[in-house]
Amino acid sequence: MRHLIDPMDLDVQEIQELLELANDIIEHKDKYSEVCKGKKLATLFFEPSTRTRLSFEAAMIELGGNVLGFSSADSSSATKGESVHDTIQVVGCYADIIAMRHPKEGAPLFASLKSPVPIINAGDGGHYHPTQTLTDLLTIQREKGRLENLTIGFCGDLKFGRTVHSLIKALSRYDNIRYILISPPELQVPDYIRTEIFERNHIAYQQVERMDEVIQDLDILYMTRVQRERFFNEADYIRLKDTYILDTEKLKKARADLSILHPLPRVNEISTKVDDDPRACYFRQALNGKYVRMALIMKLLEVGGA
Amino acid sequence: MNIDSIYNGIVLDHITAGKSMQIYHDLELDKLDCSVAIIKNVKSNKLGRKDIIKIDQEYSVNLDVLGYIDPDITVSIIRDGETIEKKKVELPERLVNILICKNPRCITTTEQGIDHVFKLANREKRTYRCIYCEEDQQTVS
Repeated sequence: MRHLIDPMDLDVQEIQELLELANDIIEHKDKYSEVCKGKKLATLFFEPSTRTRLSFEAAMIELGGNVLGFSSADSSSATKGESVHDTIQVVGCYADIIAMRHPKEGAPLFASLKSPVPIINAGDGGHYHPTQTLTDLLTIQREKGRLENLTIGFCGDLKFGRTVHSLIKALSRYDNIRYILISPPELQVPDYIRTEIFERNHIAYQQVERMDEVIQDLDILYMTRVQRERFFNEADYIRLKDTYILDTEKLKKARADLSILHPLPRVNEISTKVDDDPRACYFRQALNGKYVRMALIMKLLEVGGA
Repeated sequence: MNIDSIYNGIVLDHITAGKSMQIYHDLELDKLDCSVAIIKNVKSNKLGRKDIIKIDQEYSVNLDVLGYIDPDITVSIIRDGETIEKKKVELPERLVNILICKNPRCITTTEQGIDHVFKLANREKRTYRCIYCEEDQQTVS
């Protein structure tokens, strides 16, 4: 039985197979409409989320399966003090696969050590969000036609932004990726990303404070939201939240073939006027998320030849 | 100063001077119902000064705890007055319920009965990483 907790749980070959399956699902949707018939996905969201939960549920429904679950800890037995251990034991009796989001880092890993069914980490605090990583990889591959030889700028909250950490880790296995990390000093990537990913693998990276200094060099600009819930201090949040906003003015310096990605939800870090620019990929990216989750569910359930 | 030899038991030798009391507490040697000798600041050719602990009964020592506190310790098992085995401890690859994760966002802070598990992240810097949240923690120096 396989789980997906960390983006590195899948090797490069497995990721390539998943992306190929996702692309095949996009091309031949009817072929996959009943591969999960009779199977149930439980979405256990101890922390509120709209996009990720609906994306998982839509993915399972499009595969012909059913979904059950809860959308916040308030509507689960967690409010009565039930442990993750007990929740997983019980839900494992009802569902064939579990997608779990939890505010505490490592909760899905702990669940996977106890679970009778596959666990998918749908986000654990500021830690990992591997299905967003798969979504990002599928989007990059579909937009650029490759996962190598790219200059990628990550902008915004790189300290707490779990999507950034997961994507950096996943991309470190591809050749000739140049990383430009655009953030205020307070929100730079954590030390373990620097030491374990960049330095250990001898990967060059550049840290800058201003987006307009580097936007012209980028193949991909990965924007992130400065998340209020990741701060202990409200004053710090207010001070930093508007630091990096992408607008049409800044985009004038960017390449014509730039791809702008964002894991969403957006607050104000990308001006809505950018949405009509063909370089804005973030809504196509959200759609890709459903397809790559369909591929992942098939792989972990071992159905449909996945 | 003379300390009697032990007949059946364990000698923890080459303890970095000053660490014997921590080992005494962390191994919970105060709970043993036998003689335990803590010898501090003994002259040592190798270390200059060292501590020694002698435990006067057979005892299954937790080598992970010892390796974590002081990887230079030598453990001698004494039976019938003879040293039957000498073990060199080392920094363990994995620690279970020896370190407690200090990250307030880690699942270990709320989940009852969860084991605190760390894996060795950097041998030279003696850094351990929580397997759940991946926060690093330095060993005591």
